[in-house]
Amino acid sequence: MSAALDAPERPAVPATFRNVSTARKIKDRAATVLVTLAFLIAVVPLVWLLVSVLIKGFPAIVSADWWTRSLSGVTPDEARGGVYHAIVGTLVQALIAGVIAVPIGILAAVYLVEYGRGRIAKTTSFMVDILSGVPSIVAALFVFALFVSIGGFEQSGFLVGLSLVLLMLPVVIRNTEEMLRLVPDELREASYALGIPKWKTILRIVLPTALSGTVTGVMLAFARVMGETAPVLVLVGYARAINFNPFDGNQASLPLLIYTELSTNPSAAGQLRIWGGALTLILIVMLFQLAASLISRYSAISK
Amino acid sequence: MTPDGDEADANTVSERTTQRAPSDDPETRDRPSGSATMSTVTDTQPSAPKPARTTSGGSGEQVFRGLTTGSGLVVVAAVALIGLFLVVQAVPSLLANNANFLTSPDFNTTDASNLRFGIRDLLVVTLLSSFMALVIAMPIGMGIALFLTQYTPARLARPFSYVIGLLAAVPSIVFGLWGILVLAPAIEPVAAFLQTYLGWFFLFAPGNLPVLTGTIFTGGIVLAIMILPIVTATTREVFAQTPRFQIEAAQALGATRWEVIRMAVLPYGRSGFIAASMLGLGRALGETIAVLLVIRAATSPSTGSLFDGGYTFASLIASAASEFSQPLPTGAYISAGLVLFVLTFVVNAMARVVAGGKVNG
Repeated sequence: MSAALDAPERPAVPATFRNVSTARKIKDRAATVLVTLAFLIAVVPLVWLLVSVLIKGFPAIVSADWWTRSLSGVTPDEARGGVYHAIVGTLVQALIAGVIAVPIGILAAVYLVEYGRGRIAKTTSFMVDILSGVPSIVAALFVFALFVSIGGFEQSGFLVGLSLVLLMLPVVIRNTEEMLRLVPDELREASYALGIPKWKTILRIVLPTALSGTVTGVMLAFARVMGETAPVLVLVGYARAINFNPFDGNQASLPLLIYTELSTNPSAAGQLRIWGGALTLILIVMLFQLAASLISRYSAISK
Repeated sequence: MTPDGDEADANTVSERTTQRAPSDDPETRDRPSGSATMSTVTDTQPSAPKPARTTSGGSGEQVFRGLTTGSGLVVVAAVALIGLFLVVQAVPSLLANNANFLTSPDFNTTDASNLRFGIRDLLVVTLLSSFMALVIAMPIGMGIALFLTQYTPARLARPFSYVIGLLAAVPSIVFGLWGILVLAPAIEPVAAFLQTYLGWFFLFAPGNLPVLTGTIFTGGIVLAIMILPIVTATTREVFAQTPRFQIEAAQALGATRWEVIRMAVLPYGRSGFIAASMLGLGRALGETIAVLLVIRAATSPSTGSLFDGGYTFASLIASAASEFSQPLPTGAYISAGLVLFVLTFVVNAMARVVAGGKVNG
């Protein structure tokens, strides 16, 4: 029953072979085994990693202090305090990146889909691909060269946010672009037929239609940048206390906390904090991914 | 039964359209008179609203068009500025360098008046670890892509690819943490075995580390796991687009499932697969924190073995980041970053050329 329903979906339907030579049968079986094995090989490290992080990190995150306190005044080998300061830093830096990258990204996607023709559009599209391949350490070095070396600014959470903009932009642009292309042209044509100018059509018809898909892309972009470690190593110092102000002084974030504890604190408390921090980071990233997939579930544009 | 089946239908259809959309775009942009339906759209879009509303819609139109074009150009400017500022910051240090930048294994910037730095070892470690990752990830990635598009039943394809997608959601610092603390000790016997029995081959010869954990070997495996979702996602997208008639033609000839793949799916998806692998390579070349955590620093120069330690471009920069204070030493690291930027630029550009508009990385 279900096989019959699925049949039109799957290109390679297993046929019932009658006169297939043994050699061909063996090759076919071997391919099936290898291909299935490839999938299982990928699942092993995933499960292994998630289970290790969960087992080693779980004892840390169950205490209420973990979520509500910083490490201010806690000596490295003391098993108390929490990572509230790092969660704050992670969210603040990602928020700065989002405030800048989301509007630019959406507008750039609108340009590529609705206005872009010819050489400039091609160059832009090419550069979006290149930007998506720029390593985060290079993005961080660029911000360092521009703002710290030449501009004379102090290292701060804000500069981290700026470098995250470069990593967020291509994700936002590509996802929005894809959603805008899904908007049926009938909608645009109907709007033009009523004499509505193109820019109003885009703002009032096209963008709202693609809204939920765009939001999905934005959430995915947030999930991506929050785990970035290279920019925080180059562009901000670690602080053990809560700092809400990204423009002034050191600011912790979860990746930076993990890295600092790992490289400076071999005690048992440090080990616990490392894995707890990793689990917390995974939980936050997954939260954003979950939100993204929930939104996209209700976002399919019906033709 | 029926509603379930319908839902699966709807899902797959919308998924297909999502996948098709990007591949259609360059065609419509390049050749405005591509297909019949698209040509009407491209013709009416720019021209229709303009004559109707030149007076009232004109300024709004201009402002909005300017805003969107400007945002697009921000991206172009960003990439250009990255290159420009890295060059500007790197040149003074390169001029003050007392060692050969390309061939020296040193990276000594403690004495600002006598800089000695070269990228030889960085290049060796970066390329060795990235290519090892690629060698592992390419066949597995292709296997998974085939599994998801040709073997799994429709209702399982989505959850299965979600599982692979989870790998992409794990932050790289967590990969690094797990790689050095959990994976490295576990695979040490494998490394010891390879060194004992295949040590005559230069890749498995004893390296410049006294131990077998935290080597390029471990790093390559971690990188392979990290780039697997990229290779898989893009390859899957291309394989799923294999024209139905080609598959059906192969089936009509009595081909087994494997023969269908070999005759129809693989030839169609080859360029996309290569492009996907290059995207993965680009990611591996630039990966910072996982490599910094996994691969140990080594005191002696690299020997070209997988059991070496050392730094990649990215991990060297990250490891020294806290000491960026004087301009000349910092410039040495920025010049290493510049090489990395050029490297990833070339790899990503090539991926796009190879794909020929089939994938949107």
